[in-house]
Amino acid sequence: MALRAGDEIEPLKVTPDKYLTVRYAGASGDFNPIHIDEDFAAQVGLPGKILHGLYSMAQVARALTDAGGGPQSLQRLSVQFRGMGVPEQELTVTGTVREVNDEIAVVEVVGEQNGSAIIRRSEAELRVG
Amino acid sequence: MAVNTDVIGKAYPATTYAVGREKIREYARAVGETHPIHLDVDAAREAGYEDVVAPPMFAVVYGMAAVGVALFDPEVGADFSRLVHAGQEFVWGPLVIAGDEIATVASVSDISERAGNGFFVFKTVSTNKHGETVCTGTWSNIVRAA
Repeated sequence: MALRAGDEIEPLKVTPDKYLTVRYAGASGDFNPIHIDEDFAAQVGLPGKILHGLYSMAQVARALTDAGGGPQSLQRLSVQFRGMGVPEQELTVTGTVREVNDEIAVVEVVGEQNGSAIIRRSEAELRVG
Repeated sequence: MAVNTDVIGKAYPATTYAVGREKIREYARAVGETHPIHLDVDAAREAGYEDVVAPPMFAVVYGMAAVGVALFDPEVGADFSRLVHAGQEFVWGPLVIAGDEIATVASVSDISERAGNGFFVFKTVSTNKHGETVCTGTWSNIVRAA
C-alpha cells in the first residue's frame, strides 16, 4: 500500500477486557503479579492490575502490520514505555509517516489511554514496496 | 544504588524455543491479531508459508527465557522488585513459522547509574535453524532508586 510522508496510518482502538492480562500472561510467559493480581498490585502502590508493556507494544505492532499489509512489512519497532496501561479502558494507537526512503516508511507512533501517552517517542520502519 | 559495570558485554548460553502452531494461535488471539495467516493453516499455506506465521511481537515469547537468564543473573544485580520496563526495540528478519526452532543469545549491552536509578540494557539475537537472524531485541529496564 502506498504511504507517503505526512500520511496517518489507520488508528487502532482496543479495549482490553478485565481478564486480558491473564490471557496475555499465559500467552507470553510473563506472570509478574502486578499484571494479574489485584491485591498484589495494590500492595506495591499501583491503582490495580496494569497492562503488560509488551501487550501495548503488540497493539502498536498490529496497527503497523495492518497499515503495511501483513507481518512481513514490519522491519523495526522501537518504543518507550511511560506511565502504565490498565484493563477496561480504551487504548488508541496512532501513527504518522515521517519519511519514505527506498520503500521503507519511517512511522512515528503513539499509544494513548485516558489522554496519556503510555507508548511514546516511538518509531517504526515499515516496508511499503 | 551501586551498579556493577564489569558485567557489561557478558553473554549467556543460547536458549532454544520450539515454535508450536497452537502457541502462535494462543498468542495471536491474546493480542487480538485477526490476520488469518496467524490462525489458519490453510490461509498460511495459500500465502506461501508451511504453517501458521508468528506475529512479529511473538519475539517476546521465544526471547523471554534468554532475557530472564540475564535479568536474574546475580552478577547483574538488578533488583527485580523495583524494576520498570522502560523501552523496547525489535528488528526483524525472516518471519517465524510454526515448526521453527529459534535459538536466542542474550548479552548485557549496558549498565549505568544516573540520579540513583540503575539502567540495565540487554540485547538478544534470535536465529532460526537456517542460521538467519529472525530478530534482534534491545530490552531497556530501569531499577528505580530505593
